[in-house]
Amino acid sequence: MNMKLENFAKSRGVFASLYKVLADMLSRPSGKLGLSLVCFHIILAIISPAITPYDFKVMDADLILKGPSALHWLGTDNLGRDILSRTMLGGRQALMVTIVATFLAIAWGGMLGILLGLIGGWIENSILRLVDAFLSIPWILFLLLIVSVVGLGNAILIPTLAFFYGIPVVRMSRAATHDVVALDYITAARARGESRVTIVRKELLPNVLDILLVEGAMRWSWMLLAFSSLSFLGFGVAPPAADWGLMISGSRSYMAIAPLAVLAPVVALSTLIIGINLSADALAKALGIDRAQKAPV
Amino acid sequence: MNTTPPLIEVKDLSIGFDNHAGDTLPILRNIDLTLYPGETIGLVGESGCGKSTLALAMMGFLKPPLRVLNGVSLFKGQDMFSLNDSELESIRGGDLALIPQNAGQSLTPTMRIGKQIIEALRLHTNLPKEQWYARAVELLTQVRLPEPEILLARYPHELSGGQQQRGAIAMALAAEPDVLLLDEPTTGLDVTTQAHVLELLRALALETGTAMVYVSHDLGAIAQVCDQVVVMYAGEIVFSGTANQVLKRPVHPYARGLLSSIPRLKDAVVPPSMPGQPPAPGGVGKGCAFVDRCSMAEHRCYEERPALEVTAKSELVRCHFYQKIDQLPPVEMPTRRESNIADQADILLNLDQVAISYTKPRILDQILGKQSKAPATVDRIDLKIARGETIGLVGESGSGKSTILRAIAGLITPVNGTIKFDSSENLNQIVDKRSKDVLRRIQMIFQNPDSSLNPRHTVAEILAQPLKLYFGLQGQELRDRTEALLNRVRLRTDYLERLPSQLSGGEKQRVAIARAFAAAPDLVLCDEVTSALDVSVQAAVLELLTELQGERFTTYIFVSHDLSVVRAVADRVAVLYLGRLCETGPSENVFGIPSHPYTEALLGAVLEPDPDVRPKLVAEDILELSPPTTGCPFQRRCSRRIGKVCDQEVPPWQMTMDGHEIACHIPLRELRALQEKKA
Repeated sequence: MNMKLENFAKSRGVFASLYKVLADMLSRPSGKLGLSLVCFHIILAIISPAITPYDFKVMDADLILKGPSALHWLGTDNLGRDILSRTMLGGRQALMVTIVATFLAIAWGGMLGILLGLIGGWIENSILRLVDAFLSIPWILFLLLIVSVVGLGNAILIPTLAFFYGIPVVRMSRAATHDVVALDYITAARARGESRVTIVRKELLPNVLDILLVEGAMRWSWMLLAFSSLSFLGFGVAPPAADWGLMISGSRSYMAIAPLAVLAPVVALSTLIIGINLSADALAKALGIDRAQKAPV
Repeated sequence: MNTTPPLIEVKDLSIGFDNHAGDTLPILRNIDLTLYPGETIGLVGESGCGKSTLALAMMGFLKPPLRVLNGVSLFKGQDMFSLNDSELESIRGGDLALIPQNAGQSLTPTMRIGKQIIEALRLHTNLPKEQWYARAVELLTQVRLPEPEILLARYPHELSGGQQQRGAIAMALAAEPDVLLLDEPTTGLDVTTQAHVLELLRALALETGTAMVYVSHDLGAIAQVCDQVVVMYAGEIVFSGTANQVLKRPVHPYARGLLSSIPRLKDAVVPPSMPGQPPAPGGVGKGCAFVDRCSMAEHRCYEERPALEVTAKSELVRCHFYQKIDQLPPVEMPTRRESNIADQADILLNLDQVAISYTKPRILDQILGKQSKAPATVDRIDLKIARGETIGLVGESGSGKSTILRAIAGLITPVNGTIKFDSSENLNQIVDKRSKDVLRRIQMIFQNPDSSLNPRHTVAEILAQPLKLYFGLQGQELRDRTEALLNRVRLRTDYLERLPSQLSGGEKQRVAIARAFAAAPDLVLCDEVTSALDVSVQAAVLELLTELQGERFTTYIFVSHDLSVVRAVADRVAVLYLGRLCETGPSENVFGIPSHPYTEALLGAVLEPDPDVRPKLVAEDILELSPPTTGCPFQRRCSRRIGKVCDQEVPPWQMTMDGHEIACHIPLRELRALQEKKA
């Protein structure tokens, strides 16, 4: 690290702390691997329309279920489409939908949770019971209901996913708020006579945000799985779009003839999810949330 | 001297871990230690000196990422680190038992005590099934628990802290171990309970001949139990000898510094502090580890690591110049500090019949205007505190000391009585309703600086908060003032940009003190401010508080369970039991006789770091959560009960000439006669 970067690391501010956290994450093997996997997938999703060798929806009757060749590296599927091109494009919609939905889920769940933790009393309790009630609903059935009534599309998927995945966040951010509120520095700020807004903004939020960030990263990976499951069931993305879940469901009957048609999207999806999980792990350690792993003394 | 083979032999043991950068940092360095049957060895040192790591290594346990760098730890000749898990399991809990610091947490909360003891009997002894119950009763009797049959059917949370610790000891004894490893077994217990548990351990060592390794930072506790004492510093043994040698006339400068930084009940002064702090792992140079803090360090000490030498009295000492230590002038005791009170009649804070309750009255009772039946947490508190005074509030946990502080700070409101500040301001309101000036004039310092400083804020931000809030300081002015404050608590200016996690415990508490004094307060509420700190650091923090008081004429309310600390700083003392005042008065009177039977019990339980001074156990060790509804609050534990009157009538306040008051039914003259006879 050169001098300039070192000074930057010592300075304060959002970017500097972001830099510090990133540097810490990259100093761990899990962080290195995780972040590179996630970055790879995000970059691929952005640039893939420009670099795919073939058009993802062009079918070729002469090339049905062919194995890998020099022209089609991963072979072709049951409609004669290029598997490599489809796999490269297959994460675009999943990433877009889940990133937006995760952000929304953490935002509403986190805010409501903090608010509940601060208000306390019977309001907190009654809303929490409501949260429990929603947690007991099998969300995928609920989603199927919504989709069959309102119809397919991102405008339906994103809010629904954000809603269902935000519910456990309410519980968690409420618990985190409770933990922090009980600490002496909050008591000290109260005894000093600081205003409520200052206490929440300066004392509470920085300490709860860390936990929300890590939670968000974890939720993102679960949401990706959920989105792919929906596509697999035919409720996410409509054909002929290239999507990993859709590709798996479309090619699974021909798995014995062209295994790569299923394998390629599976590998893509799992590397992304593993990458997110590893990054979340490293993030938790970098933020000092995961205390058990701290060095002794 | 011993012909029997040793139980534990630690030979040239070094333990360490690899850090991020790939360096190996040692935690323990070349430890040699032998424990023979029937011996009790105490391991002492400040936190971070490796005592607990060593004790756990004796059990063959290493906290990850620690690893053995060198040497062996033998138990009955077997290398504990070469055994597999099932072999270790049969030794641990069987021949070798550990009693951890917090017994309440080591007992299973959902299992009755009896079942847990029987479990230990089933696993580690060959006793036939039908004898288990009888043996469990016997064990509880052995650890001096009253009514063992009843206690066996209890769950851990139904026992007091001391009873839980006894239960854990009984469980450990069930397997008839050869060695008991005790890791700070009485830290966190009340003084009276601690004295009881230590007495029990001492008796057990004599009765059963069990060998013990006792890890503690508290030399007073070590003095009660151990015959051999090993002093550790920066992961190595620096001094060892018999308890008398180590605690009476230590020839190592570190042991000497530790010993003299302990406040003594008889002295009434803040003891001299030991500067500095132990080096971090890997922070020891090629010379002596203690060199930076040593008053007799010479050139050689920086260059050459001293070896562990045997003295003429067969102590072991790691110092180049231990023979010269007697030529050092004796550690200078500061003189009794001057009281800051200008005028005893100038009352800054007046508590009049204050009652505080955590339970809200039920809505129906509120409507009907009925008093709730549950006794208040704190009741009938009358205290007048003069400007510039230091008043000590003492009592066991649950005595309501902190509750009173919280009411004064405005975090809770009293249900009854009035709190008046500076003769005019009414403090019965919660913080939100107090004026900014009143808020500024009352500041609080908390027990644990780990939780009282926001981990996300730098020292500069922490100190700026009160300056911005109360004085509206900004820019250069703010920076200058923050720096001045930091310098005043003897921290360097480059600490301003550090986060609390980059400071040691003592440094954090200094920052917390600086934050309180940033407001230029008249009244500072100190809630157990030194109990989370090492003794060496405690002395320095007390010294700082005394100095600041002298400069600024501040009034302190000093809450502590440690009577020696209160004796060192307080002008006056108020003793509380279950939220009721028992005794108030000038500290020399309260700490003398006659005193309230509860004060007597507290004083008797104070541990002196001297093997020849034993605590006097007077009060019963039982769990009391709320005071009895009638009579004296202390009736159930009092050793001087005189009869029905104690149960039925609230004891009267008996006054002496010098402002000393005792709430007891026994006439003062009689009380004095009784206590003199005992002394």
